[in-house]
Amino acid sequence: MSSTMSHPGRLDLTRDEGGVLVVRLAGSWHLERGLPSVADIEQEIAGSDPAGIAFDTRDLGQWDSAILTFLVSVSRLARDRRLDFDGAGLPEGLRRLLALAEAVPEKGDARTSEDEDDFLERLGEKAIAKHRLFRNDLEFVGLLVLTAGRALRGKARFRGSDLALLIQQNGLEALPIVTLVTFLLGLILAFVGAIQLQTFGATIYVADLVGVAMVRDMGALITGIIMAGRSGAAFAAQLGSMKVTQEIDALETMSISSMEFLVLPRVVALCLMMPLLTLYGDAMGILGGAFVGVMMLDLSPHDACRWRCFQGERLRDPHRHLGVSSGRAVRPKLIGRR
Amino acid sequence: MDVQEEETSAAITVRDLTMAYGDFVLQRDLDFTIDRGDIFVIMGGSGCGKSTLLRHLVGLNEPATGEVLYGAESFTNAGPERRSAMLRGIGVLYQSGALWSSMTLAENIALPLGEFTDLSEGEIREVATLKLALVGLAGFEDYYPPDISGGMQKRAGLARAMALDPEILFFDEPGAGLDPISARLLDDLIIELRDSLGATIVVVTHELASIFAIGTNSVFLDADSRTMIGTGPPTELRDGSEHERVRRFLRRGEL
Repeated sequence: MSSTMSHPGRLDLTRDEGGVLVVRLAGSWHLERGLPSVADIEQEIAGSDPAGIAFDTRDLGQWDSAILTFLVSVSRLARDRRLDFDGAGLPEGLRRLLALAEAVPEKGDARTSEDEDDFLERLGEKAIAKHRLFRNDLEFVGLLVLTAGRALRGKARFRGSDLALLIQQNGLEALPIVTLVTFLLGLILAFVGAIQLQTFGATIYVADLVGVAMVRDMGALITGIIMAGRSGAAFAAQLGSMKVTQEIDALETMSISSMEFLVLPRVVALCLMMPLLTLYGDAMGILGGAFVGVMMLDLSPHDACRWRCFQGERLRDPHRHLGVSSGRAVRPKLIGRR
Repeated sequence: MDVQEEETSAAITVRDLTMAYGDFVLQRDLDFTIDRGDIFVIMGGSGCGKSTLLRHLVGLNEPATGEVLYGAESFTNAGPERRSAMLRGIGVLYQSGALWSSMTLAENIALPLGEFTDLSEGEIREVATLKLALVGLAGFEDYYPPDISGGMQKRAGLARAMALDPEILFFDEPGAGLDPISARLLDDLIIELRDSLGATIVVVTHELASIFAIGTNSVFLDADSRTMIGTGPPTELRDGSEHERVRRFLRRGEL
């Protein structure tokens, strides 16, 4: 064995006097160097049916599952073609592994197949599944409303320390990423806007551009997306692992509602923090715009401070704005719970 | 709990229970009684629905047909308030302990005490310390679940299950993942609890040593025929069950 150890594997096909196809395996075969080719044998058999298949492994070096996988394929091929499969030439270990692999016939319904379905069938199934998901979501929202009702009547049970921790995690600890993204956004808006406005000599209006864009929509949108990704993923991971370790079951069998104990504090924390984060994001965006204005557009700090958007008439409906942002952040987190 | 005060020897009665996931029926026609003071073993091969049966008994899954009675009162048909009251009379030890990982051991035990009793914080802390001492975990009050071994997590889970002094304790595979000696100690603890607290104990397991050491009554669920094919004390089933599968299971495949 040691003499052939390092030789790469070789596969030769010959026919003996009786018309039996002799598969000669030599050298060492390892998975990382690929499998012996079954296609060669198929080709050989396709030419003219041999009397059977036999093996010659006198020069076979080291082997692993590569050979075994090959043998299982050849054995199946022989069975399909009704050829005699003679494993006598194989090493003892391989013969036993092959017998083991074929000992239990494949369970007919164990393998799930999708190839039979046609396009319309799959489309229909997907639509039904979506419908069911939608109903689940509705059910969840309904439960949440009922739970919130209980909370308002002071009947819901959750721990204040949990809520405090969630507020910290989803408020304070979200500040750096919100700062980064909204500041850059304000910067980009100012920069892109300035290039256009400069042609009219109206760079002063960059202030309006950034201010209105941030406060009207972008601040809420971006903060909402950040929080949906950040908190949504975190909640899904926390609750998912609690589900797996049966911690949620443990709550239910103590008749502590998981909606009250786990979901409610998360929703409350987000509802409290989202408006604040959105306001903060707006301010950071305007600061980003001001940065460009002062550093690149030679607006005087006085102009920059006077940012016209703060004069008020453009910010008539901040409530709507904050509502939008809260809605955006809470919705995906609910879905994350499923 | 007035359910328990009624004069009947049955702690739990399962009547014509069918368990199903959607269209897939896991077990049908389950009919058995768990008497007070029994250590009742739910046994059967892997995947036969033992743990699912336990989930039905404690209300985590709803029966497709049939019902579960606690004492003489139907648990399946009870309203949410009544159910919640009945659940207060039971404790469950889950397979992996299922301790709330964001809380210390003492807080885990304190949570149900805080929710369902009028004890002061100091008293709750004392009770939690006592429960931990009962399962041999004195001094571990302020450890978090991930910081202790699997066997200790199970014992802490048991301490939590016993927090409200339940009349019925459920164990889902108590020996799974424990070394033989820890498993043996847990078995001894189960017997001790039955004798000292007078609790009724329901154990899901397929570990023979455990079944014979603690079981006073049992039910055998069969995966092939999808129903129960034996009920009675485990040793009697081993020696005299009319079903070969039951005898084979209880003798590790040797007949």
